[in-house]
Amino acid sequence: MIRVLFFAGLREQLACAEISVPAETCGTLAELRAHLGGRGEQWRSALADDNLQMALNRSVATPDTAVGGGDEVAFFPPVTGG
Amino acid sequence: MSVAVSIAVQREAFDVGAEYAQLRQHNCADGATAMFTGSVRDLNMAQSVSCLELEHYPGMTEKVLREIAGQAAGRWQLGRVRIVHRFGRLHPGEDIVFVGSTAPHRQAALDACAFMMDFLKTRAPFWKKESGPEGEHWVAARQSDLKALDKW
Repeated sequence: MIRVLFFAGLREQLACAEISVPAETCGTLAELRAHLGGRGEQWRSALADDNLQMALNRSVATPDTAVGGGDEVAFFPPVTGG
Repeated sequence: MSVAVSIAVQREAFDVGAEYAQLRQHNCADGATAMFTGSVRDLNMAQSVSCLELEHYPGMTEKVLREIAGQAAGRWQLGRVRIVHRFGRLHPGEDIVFVGSTAPHRQAALDACAFMMDFLKTRAPFWKKESGPEGEHWVAARQSDLKALDKW
């Protein structure tokens, strides 16, 4: 399974902080994002935001990054700390 | 000589005096200490702020802060580096973030603090939600923060 986390405004839009996705449904982060978008209109529109950032195993990653079983993926809006 | 890096991500308030004491304790090699503290303002983008909720990504936050401190340590001759960032509920006037560094000479310490703050602002996974009389909203990222990275 792939553990997928959502943060801040995105977490609120989806009303979901975390889900698990079977590893065989996607090979890259872009495919995982498309797969999640298929969960419904709410998910499709929230994940279509071009500003969203992605992390794989707690490091920022690009859409073509390979993903597999045991990985932790996160989607989140641009950061605003400091 | 290796740089002593210390990171804390915490809900509790921090004590700037205690942080300074820690940077200076038994440290006769470094003649310069630079520190930056960021605090909650009561007005942001013309909206009055009564409360701030800071969310973060536990695990990734510590990793990113450690990477940023490590990059500063690789770039300047530093003795000690310290980053403290709070999360949870904060009110105007409260301190959010502390960055400190010591070095043999001032320019390295000053530049390292500015560098770490600029990268922390755009890389560390924190998100601010402001509440005020007009309701609550997630703070939008600023283009000027991204632009600040160009100088490094």
